[in-house]
Amino acid sequence: MDFKDYKGVWVFIEQKDGVVASVSLELLGAGRKLADKRGVELAGILIGENVKDLTKTVFEYGADTVYVYDQPIFKHYRTETYMKALLECADKYKPEIILYGATSTGKDLASAVATDLPTGLTADTTELDVEEETGLLLASRPAFGGNIMATILCKKYRPQMATVRAKVMKALDPESGRTGKVVEETIPLNEEDIRTKVLEIVKETVKKVRIDEADIIVAGGKGLGSFEGFQIIHQLAETLGGAVGASRDVVEAGWIDHPHQVGQTGVTVTPKIYFAIGISGAIQHIVGMKNSGLIIAINKDKEAPIFQNCHYGIVGDAFEIVPILIEQFKKALSREKVSQTREA
Amino acid sequence: MLHIVACIKQVPDTKIIKMNPKTNTMDRRTAPAILNPYDAHAVEEAVRLKNRYGGIVSVVTMGPPPAVTAIKKCIEIGADEGYLITDRRFAGADTLATSYAVTKAIEKIAKTNPVDLIICGKMSIDGDTGQVGPGIARRLDIPPLTSVNKVEEINQEEGYAIVHRKFEEGYEVVKSTLPCLFSVEKTINEVPYSPFPNMIKAARYKPHIWSVDDLEGVDIKQLGLKGSPTIVSKVWAPQKPAGGTFLDGSPAAQVEQLLSVLLEKKELFETKEGV
Repeated sequence: MDFKDYKGVWVFIEQKDGVVASVSLELLGAGRKLADKRGVELAGILIGENVKDLTKTVFEYGADTVYVYDQPIFKHYRTETYMKALLECADKYKPEIILYGATSTGKDLASAVATDLPTGLTADTTELDVEEETGLLLASRPAFGGNIMATILCKKYRPQMATVRAKVMKALDPESGRTGKVVEETIPLNEEDIRTKVLEIVKETVKKVRIDEADIIVAGGKGLGSFEGFQIIHQLAETLGGAVGASRDVVEAGWIDHPHQVGQTGVTVTPKIYFAIGISGAIQHIVGMKNSGLIIAINKDKEAPIFQNCHYGIVGDAFEIVPILIEQFKKALSREKVSQTREA
Repeated sequence: MLHIVACIKQVPDTKIIKMNPKTNTMDRRTAPAILNPYDAHAVEEAVRLKNRYGGIVSVVTMGPPPAVTAIKKCIEIGADEGYLITDRRFAGADTLATSYAVTKAIEKIAKTNPVDLIICGKMSIDGDTGQVGPGIARRLDIPPLTSVNKVEEINQEEGYAIVHRKFEEGYEVVKSTLPCLFSVEKTINEVPYSPFPNMIKAARYKPHIWSVDDLEGVDIKQLGLKGSPTIVSKVWAPQKPAGGTFLDGSPAAQVEQLLSVLLEKKELFETKEGV
């Protein structure tokens, strides 16, 4: 393997129903930085049916080139078909780095591609950098159950690959009219040869918990002691008009469902206000909330790592503090309303 | 008769484990070794399918000798056979080298009893990658079906499986040829307390233990640290941010200070009130 043959940074462009996934746009932002540092091209690889129009978006968000596989066989994501297109394209154009969103599709595809190439794959990356001279990708992620950060390298194989958490990297501001090179590719695949068929796609109509969209999140941890104790989190969230978040322990204890879990194996959130109550602040939790606008931590243990990652900390008993907070907040809010009405 | 293989891993309980702050490594003595919680759901699903369609469930794992305990746990859940591959030459394996070694073990198991279905947990709690399952499927050249949260049907005669694969906004119903591999979500089932007879069986059970030399057609270069393209270059505690301002005084005084901070952002609460 001659490393000199491998050039450029690629981003797998995930799309559904004619829309590019936001994580792909974030990765174009991150990939742009890597490509510029290395002095190489940034390319998107776009696979699907009727997806050609999406190249415009991919250019506006920073790509120089887009490789497109637009064939009916790619209507639904399937590991086998998408993998074959990606493997063929990577073999033909030899990128140095390929990035994927750490979504269910991105992780599925990257795991399969890595095995066939073969190459190294770093999962759920939260920090990316590249060595200017060697092109070595520095992919960092919480490791060992999220207790510590580790930087993972792939020195002997190319391309280097990583899946990257959503909402951790920043998309560039789209540059309207920015354009680039479209490389249209096709791959001869017969539907009869494909071993999996998507029979039906069911969108859940029940309104799903989307804590990643909330402006205010009140999150609770194991420090609350029990399912009953955790209920004060719901009460405070309701008072503030916020969503309920939880640490991994709490979800595993069954006090609340997984869609509420914040952190490495849960959701990454960036609300304007984040309350961490009874949460010690393991790294795997911190990576999921550290970009919140204002972080308030309440914990009995003054040494808890959460206090290193908050803007305001209260050392104390949540069962003492939170009820006062609820009461005072309600009062303050009603005062605000009264004064507003007067002004009006 | 279905032959289902569940792939499992023994892991340190990362919820409890303490880090050595000097070396930034896990102090394994501080945490008990447990069956990876996600894998318990994989074994449970295998056992349920066995009960539904008839067949046997084998579990396979790679790890140090104490991983026998994790296999016994699977026998408690209802698995019939357990295989441990253990050898110093497996040490230091990343996901690629792990999927290679486990695939070799499955190939050997399949020689005496062909495998219809492989089930893995979504990921391990110490590695958190979810990459080994799809890796095994690719190496065996069978379809990988990740994010499975329901098995609708297994039809051995006609050679297909129908499952639900969960994704961000819902799920898709997928039909695949057999054999294939599922990685299952935790939500696929609940693992009940093990029935007493299984516990007795587990206590007496002796798993098959294989070294590299017991496997066939193994390329030693693809095992362990040598066969792993990824390396951990450094382990570090993230740079500590400046840290927060501690509020002080009585609880009431602290809340008062907090309120004044919150009310600087009162526009947030007002819009919520209006909704």
